[in-house]
Amino acid sequence: MSDDHELRVSKIRNGTVIDHVRAGQALNVLAIVGIDGSDGESVSVGMNVPSDRLARKDIVKVEGRELSEDEVDVLSLIAPDATINIVRDYEVESKHRVDRPETVEDILHCPNAGCITTEDEPVASRFDVLDDGVRCTYCGRIVREGIPELIER
Amino acid sequence: MRHGNLLTSKQLSRADVESVLDHAAAIAAGEVEPTRTGQLLGLLFFEPSTRTKMSFETAMKRQGGDVVDMGSVDSSSVKKGESLADTVRVIEGYADAIVLRHPKQGAAKLASEYVDVPVINAGDGAGHHPTQTLLDLYTIRESAGLDDLRIGIMGDLKYGRTVHSLAYALTRFDARQHFISPESLQLPREVVFDLHQQGASVREHESLDGVLSELDVLYVTRIQRERFPDENEYQKVAGEYRITTETLADARDDLTVMHPLPRVDEIAPAVDETDHATYFEQAHNGVPVRMALLDLLMGDDDE
Ligand SMILES: [Zn+2]
Repeated sequence: MSDDHELRVSKIRNGTVIDHVRAGQALNVLAIVGIDGSDGESVSVGMNVPSDRLARKDIVKVEGRELSEDEVDVLSLIAPDATINIVRDYEVESKHRVDRPETVEDILHCPNAGCITTEDEPVASRFDVLDDGVRCTYCGRIVREGIPELIER
Repeated sequence: MRHGNLLTSKQLSRADVESVLDHAAAIAAGEVEPTRTGQLLGLLFFEPSTRTKMSFETAMKRQGGDVVDMGSVDSSSVKKGESLADTVRVIEGYADAIVLRHPKQGAAKLASEYVDVPVINAGDGAGHHPTQTLLDLYTIRESAGLDDLRIGIMGDLKYGRTVHSLAYALTRFDARQHFISPESLQLPREVVFDLHQQGASVREHESLDGVLSELDVLYVTRIQRERFPDENEYQKVAGEYRITTETLADARDDLTVMHPLPRVDEIAPAVDETDHATYFEQAHNGVPVRMALLDLLMGDDDE
C-alpha cells in the first residue's frame, strides 16, 4: 500500500490530506483551492512520492483546515484521481474522491484574448466543465489541455 | 423568449425561430401593427456598424418608438475606461431594451447579467450575431424553405460570426450544410464540434465546383484582406472564391444567392441582375424581422 510512503510527509493532527494528486500538480492544487499560507495554515507537500496507483504522485497536507466538498471538487480538473481525507485528532474521519463540478467560477482565466472576461470588468470567470475539458461560459472557448496554466493565482 | 434576451442563436429553439419569422411575415404583410409608443431602445455600438444600427433604429421608429444612441465610441466615456457593466447599468435607467455591438466575445452575455431590461446582441467580436441570423433565416424561408434545405456557406468561415450563428440555427431544421473555404479559413474546430454534437449534417469543401449544382442556397461571405499577411496570397484566394455569372452557369435555376453585406468584389455586379441575387432583399428583411423581435422581447403580456 502506498500508505507507507505517506510517512515521508509528516502526519497532521487536524485538517485535510489531499492524496493521489498527479505528479507535478501539488502546487496547482494549492493554487486552485486558494491556499497560499497567508491564513497561517501549516502546509506540507510531497512531490513525486512513489505510488502503486499512479507510479508517482503528489500529496498535500493542510493542517488546521477542513476543505469542503465544493472546494475540492474543482481539483477534479487537474487531479481527477485525488482522494480527500479529513483528519481529526490524527485519525482519518472521512475519505472521498473528487467529483467533477458542473461549473467552476473564479478559478481559471480564459485564454481567449477576445473574451470579455479578459477585460477590466467586475465579473468572475466561469467555465462549464465538459467530459474532457472546460468551456468558457462567456466566449464559448473550449480548453482541453493546459488547464493548470489557466489557474488564477 | 418574451421579455428575455437574445444573446446567441444557440438559445433559439425551432419554435422560437418560427415565432419570430411568422410575426415578421405578418408585420411585412401589414396584418399586424405592433406599437412601441413611448418606449425607448438604447443603442450601444462599441464598434461601428451603420447598417445594423440603422436597421434597429428603423425597426423601432416604424413602431412609433424611439431610440437613444450612445454615439460613437470616440466621443463616449468608453475610452476613459468605464466598464461595460457600468455603462449598461446607466443606460438601463433610460431605455426599455438595449442593443449591444461590442468587439469582445461574450459582451452581450455579460451585459445581460447586470441589467433587467432585454439585451439584444447585435454582434460580439468573433462570437455571435443572432439578429442577422434571424433575417437570414427569414430570407431562406421565403425563397427556398427551411426544410430539406441544401445550403452552401462560402468564404471566411473562420472569423465570420454571421456564419457561426447561422450554422447553429440551421441545426434546428432539416438542413444539409456545405462549408466551402480555403483551408486557412475553415470553420473553427469548436463550431464543427458543436454542429456534430447537434447531429447536424455538415460537410467541408475547398471548392464550390463539386457541390454547387445541388444547392438551394449559396451564402457568400467576404474574405478580408487583413487576414492575409501576403497580398498575393489574398488575391489568389479571393479570386478563387468569387461568384460570377459564369460560376453560376452550373447552378440550379432556383438557386438563391445571399450575402450579409457589405460586399467588396466577392460577388460580381452582373450577378445582381440575375434571379439568383437575393442579398438586397435579405438586407431589407432586417427591418420586419427586427420589428418582430422587438415586439416579442419588449411587448406586453396582455396584448
Ligand atoms: Zn472566454
